[in-house]
Amino acid sequence: MWLYYTRLAWLSLKRHPLLSLLMSGAIALGIGAAMTTITINYLMSADPIPEKSDRLFYVQLDNWSPNEPYDEPNEPPDQLTYTDATALKAQAPAQLQTALAQSGGVIEPQGLGKEPFLARLRLTHNDFFTMFNSPFLYGQGWSDSADETGDRSIVLSKNANEAIFAGENSVGRTVRLEGKEFRVVGVLDEWVLKPRFYDVTTGAFNEMEDAYVPFKVKETMELPNSGNTNCWKMPEGEGFKSFLTSECVNFQFWVQLNSAQEQQEYMSFLNAYVEEQKKLGRFQRPLNNRLTDVMGWMEHENVVDDDAEVMMYLSLMFLAVCLLNTIGLLLTKFSFKTGEIALRRAVGATRMQLYQQQLVETVFIGVAGGIGGLILAALGLLGIEYLYGDQVKDLASLNLPLLGIGILLAIISSALAGAYPTWRTCRIPPASQLKSE
Amino acid sequence: MSQIGPIFRALMRNKVGALLIALQVAVTMTIIVNAIHLINARGDLMGRSSGLDEANQLYVTSVGYANDFDAPYVIDTDLDGIRQLPSVDDAVQINAIPMSNGGWSMGLQTKAGEGENSVPTALYMTDEHGLNTLDVELIAGENFKATEISYRDRNTRDWPQSVILTEALAKSLFPDLSPTEIVGQTVYIQSNEPLTIIGIMDHLQAPWTGWTTVNHSMLVPNKFDSPYSRYLVRAKPGQREQAIEQVEQFMKQREVGRMVRETETMTQVRMDSYRGDSALQAILWTIIVVLCIITALGIVGLVSFSINRRRRQIGTRRALGAQKADIMSYFLTENVMITSVGVILGIAGSVALNMWLVSSFNLPRLSYIYLPIAMIAMWTIGLIAVWGPALRATQISPAIATRNV
Repeated sequence: MWLYYTRLAWLSLKRHPLLSLLMSGAIALGIGAAMTTITINYLMSADPIPEKSDRLFYVQLDNWSPNEPYDEPNEPPDQLTYTDATALKAQAPAQLQTALAQSGGVIEPQGLGKEPFLARLRLTHNDFFTMFNSPFLYGQGWSDSADETGDRSIVLSKNANEAIFAGENSVGRTVRLEGKEFRVVGVLDEWVLKPRFYDVTTGAFNEMEDAYVPFKVKETMELPNSGNTNCWKMPEGEGFKSFLTSECVNFQFWVQLNSAQEQQEYMSFLNAYVEEQKKLGRFQRPLNNRLTDVMGWMEHENVVDDDAEVMMYLSLMFLAVCLLNTIGLLLTKFSFKTGEIALRRAVGATRMQLYQQQLVETVFIGVAGGIGGLILAALGLLGIEYLYGDQVKDLASLNLPLLGIGILLAIISSALAGAYPTWRTCRIPPASQLKSE
Repeated sequence: MSQIGPIFRALMRNKVGALLIALQVAVTMTIIVNAIHLINARGDLMGRSSGLDEANQLYVTSVGYANDFDAPYVIDTDLDGIRQLPSVDDAVQINAIPMSNGGWSMGLQTKAGEGENSVPTALYMTDEHGLNTLDVELIAGENFKATEISYRDRNTRDWPQSVILTEALAKSLFPDLSPTEIVGQTVYIQSNEPLTIIGIMDHLQAPWTGWTTVNHSMLVPNKFDSPYSRYLVRAKPGQREQAIEQVEQFMKQREVGRMVRETETMTQVRMDSYRGDSALQAILWTIIVVLCIITALGIVGLVSFSINRRRRQIGTRRALGAQKADIMSYFLTENVMITSVGVILGIAGSVALNMWLVSSFNLPRLSYIYLPIAMIAMWTIGLIAVWGPALRATQISPAIATRNV
């Protein structure tokens, strides 16, 4: 019976090939546009570290000017001073916590024909690798003592290891960075975080770093600042030291807290720390410390581009137009078949059977539209990648859950488009249409 | 016009079909109005002048790494060499590139002291070649003198005595004074340190194109003693490509323990800076075009069907003396009536969507001039779409009325 319906549907569609094409084409375009923009939004707002994003917290302290907040309304700065970052690392009660900073330096690979290159550096503590689940290809993070002394240890990214050591296991060998020898203690495997949540101050979707070195090296080698440096008060005194002891913020700080109790303890420590600092004349603003988990921080930092959201809403409206279009066409088309339907009713077909028959035809259009839509979405994403370039690298690709969303969207859309016309057609009383003919 | 009554009553017999077209027109119009509004808003952003001679400018980055790297020596000799290249008009070391979204900002105030009102500005460090290399004109005062230029490094805390401000910045600091009067005034940096305004330049954008005070820029007579150094180069008119080649060759043949990063033209910097905006424009244009086509095709399909259904009626009307023009005007009028309902809903939809976009995404408010334009566009699309099917309807022979279906 279903086979028979399928054949009937096929015949009906073939009778008006252009119309059928228009109907499924409209659904395809609508779904294509919606899927393209949903994909971008979905990937931008994805949880970069789902296994522990609710246990990792970003730390904010309010060391800003007594005269004005860092940002309205009374927002603390989005980064810490060097003084506070190092003090928290040394004193705060957490198993795993790390300060972070961006920097850059020239790496000179040894060997013929290898050009020096400017490497993106991440200054951090060894907890970084544990907290953020960095995948190691060789070796591991540096020792605790390297964190304390600023020992020149380095962890290379897979790409950097490729460029410097042709991908060999380079643990134990040395790399020349900013004119100094660093000992390789680890090499990471391919590691991409989208968004690169641990530091979104210069863009949430920036590339991962080429190399990681102990945080203390900032001080010992006087490495330059990268990223945003904000000061409400200029450093006092002379030399590099004066920047490190200033009220300028350029450092991020993350802590892993496994329970509500740990969170509370940590927060009370932060409050006590700030109170202590107030006695030294720092932190002249009211107590305003924050602990924000990964997704909360992504929300706060607005990592999903407004443009992407606006485009998603516009393309959902676009899908609505396509559906209205298809509903109208189906309705008119079905109403053209009233004679046939009335006849079938008269000779004994039940309403249910007719409903099923019309449904098959609708499903045909929906499936064709859905498949076309997914193909168009893939093309649309290529187009987005072409238009935005590196900005959307790895954000414009369909994956399994997204395909699922796409298929679901196609089903819902064609059901929406088909339900009313189908329902209306089947309400035709058996005799009415026969009379007039 | 006397047809309106009967057409309306006929439409009421197929309310759903007509309503669907009207809704489609309404949503289409809502999207188009807001999309065009967004496209124009971005166009305005992108159309702002940077104040530069973008077509002839480029920059190159030099990063010293050798232990004995002597930054001031390399910078001075680099600049001497680059300025002598045949295709180069002028060159300067600069701490930030306009439109590149990376740079320095500082606050200036007209009264000394902490907590006084401060006006934010971008800070560019250049020597006396800065004005010419950037291609900005002085509208009052004078340029830096070669003897004023000093080196600073990242730990230098004090500032040179003289500055050149953009007119916009000068106006924000001294709203009541004319540019000539502002020259010679004192402003304070870092709350207390005095600077004398020696010149006012016409226009120069800050490095951050999304900044609210993007026209606030100032030049200070400094060079930057750092292994990381950018040179902005202005080629002679039309000789940018030769300049790129000559500058790269010159830089690379010098063996001073540094690496030279890829040259970027200001055209590329602008493109990168506004990439998101131009991409959004392209996407919205695509949506608009596809939407118009879909809506038009939908109307074609629906009208064709309704004409097919009414073949006998049309034939009968023709047989009773209706002219082809009458048939044509029937369908055109019907379409205008449906579209008009859609357009009225569309006005409400457009304004509502814009209000939501304004409140949720801080987008600019809609200019109402778009509404009549979009209305005319929707009527035109409707008429074009209905034209073909209606024309075919006029071809229906009166004799059909006598036949059985």
